[in-house]
Formats: sequence, structure tokens, C-alpha cells
Amino acid sequence: MKLQTPQTAEQRRKLWHFHGGVHLPEEKYLSNGKPTLDAPLPRQLVIPLQQHIGAPARAAVTVGDRVLKGQVIAEPQGYISATVHASSSGVVSAIEARSVPHPSGLTAPCIVIDTDGEDAWAELPEPIADFEQADANTLRERIRGSGIVGMGGASFPSNVKLNPGADQPIDTLVINGAECEPYITCDDLLMRERAADIVDGIRIMLHVLGAGRCLVGIEDNKPEAILAMQQAVALRQLGGRIEVVAIPTLYPSGGEKQLINILTGKEVPSHGIPAQVGLVCQNVGTASAVADAVLRGRPLIERYVTVTGRAVASPQNYRVRIGTPASELIDASGGLRAELAKLVVGGPMMGIKLDSDAVPITKAANCILALTPQESPDPGKPLPCIRCGRCADVCPVNLLPQQMYWHARAKDIDKVQDYNVFDCIECGCCAHVCPSHIPLVQYYRYAKTESWAREREKRAAEHARERHAAREARLERLERERKAKMRQKQAAIAPKGATAAADGDAKKAAIEAARKRAAEKRAARAVEPAPASAAVKPRVESESVSEEQG
Amino acid sequence: MLIAIAAVAALAAVFGLLLGYSAIRFHIDGDPIADQIDALLPQSQCGQCGLPGCRPYAEAVAAGQAEINQCVPGGEATMLAIADLLGREPVAGGEIVEKPKSTAVIDEQVCIGCTKCLSVCPVDAIVGATKQLHAVIGSECTGCELCQPSCPVDCIYMQPIPEHIGNWKWPYPGRQPKPANQPLVTEAEPEAEVEHREAA
Repeated sequence: MKLQTPQTAEQRRKLWHFHGGVHLPEEKYLSNGKPTLDAPLPRQLVIPLQQHIGAPARAAVTVGDRVLKGQVIAEPQGYISATVHASSSGVVSAIEARSVPHPSGLTAPCIVIDTDGEDAWAELPEPIADFEQADANTLRERIRGSGIVGMGGASFPSNVKLNPGADQPIDTLVINGAECEPYITCDDLLMRERAADIVDGIRIMLHVLGAGRCLVGIEDNKPEAILAMQQAVALRQLGGRIEVVAIPTLYPSGGEKQLINILTGKEVPSHGIPAQVGLVCQNVGTASAVADAVLRGRPLIERYVTVTGRAVASPQNYRVRIGTPASELIDASGGLRAELAKLVVGGPMMGIKLDSDAVPITKAANCILALTPQESPDPGKPLPCIRCGRCADVCPVNLLPQQMYWHARAKDIDKVQDYNVFDCIECGCCAHVCPSHIPLVQYYRYAKTESWAREREKRAAEHARERHAAREARLERLERERKAKMRQKQAAIAPKGATAAADGDAKKAAIEAARKRAAEKRAARAVEPAPASAAVKPRVESESVSEEQG
Repeated sequence: MLIAIAAVAALAAVFGLLLGYSAIRFHIDGDPIADQIDALLPQSQCGQCGLPGCRPYAEAVAAGQAEINQCVPGGEATMLAIADLLGREPVAGGEIVEKPKSTAVIDEQVCIGCTKCLSVCPVDAIVGATKQLHAVIGSECTGCELCQPSCPVDCIYMQPIPEHIGNWKWPYPGRQPKPANQPLVTEAEPEAEVEHREAA
């Protein structure tokens, strides 16, 4: 079949350019030549309770429970949270802290399932075949119940993203098939093999958002994917609503804000979201998962993952169950055949370095990258900044990396924020071109987390100050009450003091009377001990109560 | 020339009177500088600065009676913030040892219910009553350590807050500057040079 040129005369569509960007060696050929295989079912699945932005899910099973494939094993906590499902049938063997893919290398709570090999499905919710008649909220509930989060890497709960609210009407849905990072080809293969599912997902999302049209952005280094998507759109006769657009290959065109700029020319406001300019952007993987959930009732339990890098014997794309250890994928690809310099989950620019391959594949993990020393040379110690300005030339967000570097280095977090560090997408273009190989992105990440930590501390300090002030007020009040009581007592005694002399005899008489009473009581106690001792106790307890209040 | 002198003297007198009048007419009670400094302090009311609480320390700094580097829980960040506010040069940490943030924990087996720690806690983070078990409310404890010496059976210990993904921070990627003169350094070892990593 002849490859259709994506931009014939009548189809040519105006595209914009974002500022900066870098051309990187693609390295896609390592893994994009073979069809996707099903990864072998692992012996043990380690499913983290938090694979999304927002509150971690809460476990809904206990150790020893038998679970089926697609069964809910953790419930979302709050609105911005996601459901977690079992990726295969088996027995829950532990709910404990395990290594997860995170730059800190720390552990997080996970549900560990020993698979039984049967891979039996649980009872799934009913498919919603005619979703166009369904209420948007019903579809969002289905998406939430299926645990769908953004599969491009950010893993934001999709039902929340597809609910921008009545005050932010959406006219365009942007589907991100750009896949701009080198080495990664999972979205490419997904578009080639599951174009129909992606298009179904797009139709569902258009209905949920009430949007009129959809633009699918695909980098032009993926001609087969562009063709497959165009054919799927034509097959469903949706050419009027869905347009597949080929965009120039440039890193980082796959960034949400960059892609929106390329396709529509609109700029998402600083610290804002695309919904503010009438757009929502979703990854092709998310669209495919939405179709699975709505049309087949299937939750998100697997994803396409690229295993690549020259250190691995046969780079390949896999359909992987969530919770599969990365080590099993590397084994499935023939193991390591060269010296491993660095193991990364994600791409070479924005991925996370792994210290061990025992981490599980999460909903956000799109690639396992095993790099040789030639592919990942050690740049050595950073040299001083020579103020060349190359970093500012390539920043896709049009920030000033050099200024942010100086202030982050001086730990002046306020100044770094003045330069909009929170708009930084951490793409790594600046660090890539720096001739002194300064780790610029690490400085910005330090500034961001430091800023959040300081804000947390400030809130805690405010809270402590309020408690301290309340305590001071309480002590002051008690002091005042005590003084008032003392004054009252003195006022009661004072008039008596004036006639002290005359009362001398009266006092003696009172003392005599008291002595007599005490002697009588002792005599009475000697006769009947029991009731008298019962009378003694309550007095003591009331004394101790008044001590506490004092 | 006499006219010039007289003119400048007259202007000086007029402006002097104006300023004097403003000082009386627009006088504010309280010390706004002390309020601003107090807002920068961590509010643990621990007394490690030598003054009995954060508000007294803020007032002492505003009055020029205390150095800006005396706050121990605040550490370097607080010192820099105060220096920035007052327009002064940052002062070296000196004897401040950066300790990890901790909360107090009472050993239930040993506690005798004497309420001595209850009355000392500046934020009322300990619950309990006479002859009843005392416990620290972990979320309210500021780690000021004032309760530790007050316990007669020594059952309070400080537990560092564990690091987890929720409160983890990216480490500072550069080299820590070494202090210029170090006669009494009890400072913790500066962070080891972080191995330079690429953006990945």
C-alpha cells in the first residue's frame, strides 16, 4: 500500500513552532521493527497503591485473599485518586513496602500477588456499547472505576482531567501520539496495532467533554503509525471530526503544552492548565484504555512497554501486566548482552535511574532502557558556567535557565520562583546543550521540592504559633481566675480582721467547740469503723480533681 | 552667602518639624519588624536560641540584642531569610548542628503520669491527666525537646521523622561551601559531593 504523504495540498494544515527544542538521535529503529509480544505472566505481581498523582489508594483486600484478574484490590481515596486492580488471578501474599520506580529509591506500600497461572477474569462491569446516549458522568464513573490515569507518564486520574467543569468549555481534544523521546516506541506500536481502539477512545472522550473536534499529533518519524491512524479514522467515517496531523520531529514536541502550541498556536498560561484555553490533551494509550473500559468493561491492568537500549540482547515492545518486575522483561528480551552503564525507567531525557531491576512496571512506566557506557558516557565533573546562553536558546518553555541556575545554586528559592521555575517541564534540553555539562535540571528539581518543603514548614509553623497563642491565652485566663478567687477570699476575710481583738475570745471558744467535735467523731469511729472509712474516700478524690484544674 | 545658610537652615527646621509631627501623629504601637521576623521563625518555642520562645527572640533581633543565626530548628534557611528581611549580611552558622526533624515519643511502659511534660509543652501536644497515661500527638509535636528534660523517669525520646516519598526532597546538586574560619566547628559534615548525573 502506498504510504500516504501526511500533508497533501488540500490537507496541509498550519503548524506553529514552540521556542527552542533540540534534535536528538532517535534510536527508534532498535525496537520499532518487530510486532508487540505479550510479556510472559510473572510469578509475582507487585502492584503499588499509588501509581497516580493524588491520594494513594487504600487496599481493599487482605493477605491470603484469592483475587481474580480485573478485580478491584484498592479503592480511591478522595476525588483525585485512582482505583487499583489485580493484573492477574492469584493469591495476595503480602501488603508491604516494596521498591518502586521513584527518583528517591524509597519504598512505597504495594500489594503483592502470587499468580496462579490461570489468569481467570473477575466479573466485569457491563459494556456500555452505545456510549453516545450515556450521560457524561456515567462514563466518567466508569473511567474512574477502571483505574484509568494518564499513560503518557504524568498519570493524572483521567476522569478528573475529562471533567474540566462548566466554566471551562472544551472545543478541541488533542491526542498525543508524538512520542518525542529517543528509544521509546510503545506509542508507535500501539498506534499501528490498536488504531481502532484509539479512535473508539477518542469518540468516547469527545462525547464526555462535549468537544467538537480532535487533533491527533504524531511526529513524522512514524509514517506507519500516521497511516494506521488515518485509516482507522476513515473507516469510522470520522474524518470531519478527527484529524491526524503529522508534526516535525523535534524534542520535546510530546510535551502537552508544546504539542498544543504546535497544533493550535495557543499558549497555555503560566501555572495554568490547557482547559483554560479550551483544550484537553490525552495520550494515545489513555484513549485505548478508555475504549477498553467503556466498550468491554475491562479495567487498566496492562500497558505497552518498550524494552530497549544496546545493553539488552533483543530490544522489543511488550504488552505488560501492571506489577510485572522489570527484571522479568529484561530476561524476556534475552537478558543483558553488554556492559550495563545505567538502567532507566522512561526515556534518556526524563526517565528515572534505577538502582536495581526489581521494581515493578506501573501505569506510568513506558520504557525500560538498558544503556551501555557508550550510550551513556559519564560527563565528569561540571565545569563553571561560561554564560554562553545556549540553555536559554533551547528551552521549550522560553524560560531563563541560566538565571534559574545562579539563584538555585545560591539557594535563593524566592528568586528562582520569580523566574517561573514551576513552569519548567524538566525536559533536559538545557542540560543537554550545556558545554560545561552542568546538571541544570537537578538544580531546578531541588528548587521546586525545596520550595514545597518550605511552604509545608511555614504552614506547620503557623499552626504551632496558633496553638502556642491559645495555650498562652488559656494560662492567662486561669491566672486571672485564680487571682479573682484570691481577691474574693481576701475581701471575705478583711471585714473580720477589723474586729480581731474582740473576736479573740470568740476564736478560743470556736477552737474548743471544734476539739470537742473531733473527739466525739473519734469515739464514734472506734465503735463503727466501716461507714466512717467510706466517708473518707470521696473527699480525697475531689481534692485531686481540683489539683488538675489548678 | 548668609542668605544661603539661612535658607538651608530654614528648610532643615521645616522638615525637622514635619518629621517630628509625623513621628507622633503616625506612631504605631508594637514593633512591625518583630512581627515580620516572628513570621519567619519555625514556632517550636524551644528556647534553643537562648530566649524563652520565638516571639521574644524576634523582638530581641529587632532591637539588635540578638544575632540572626541563633535559631537552631530554623537553621541556615531562617538565618538567610532574616538577613534578607533586615538587609544584613548572612552570618556563619557557628555552632549550629543541623539535626534531622524529630518528634517526641513517650514510652508507655515507663510513664508514671506525673503531668510534668504536659505543663511544659509549648503547643499542648501531650494529652493525659494525673496518674493517667500521657501520649504525644505526633502531628502537633514541633520537636522542640522541652519535654525531654522535664520527665523524672526519662521516658521521652526523640524519634526522627522517617523519610517517605511524600516528604522526600531532591538533594542540592552542587558542592556545599566550606565555612571560612572553623575554630569551634561542631557542624555536621557538609553533604558529600553528589555524583554528577545527566538529566536522565
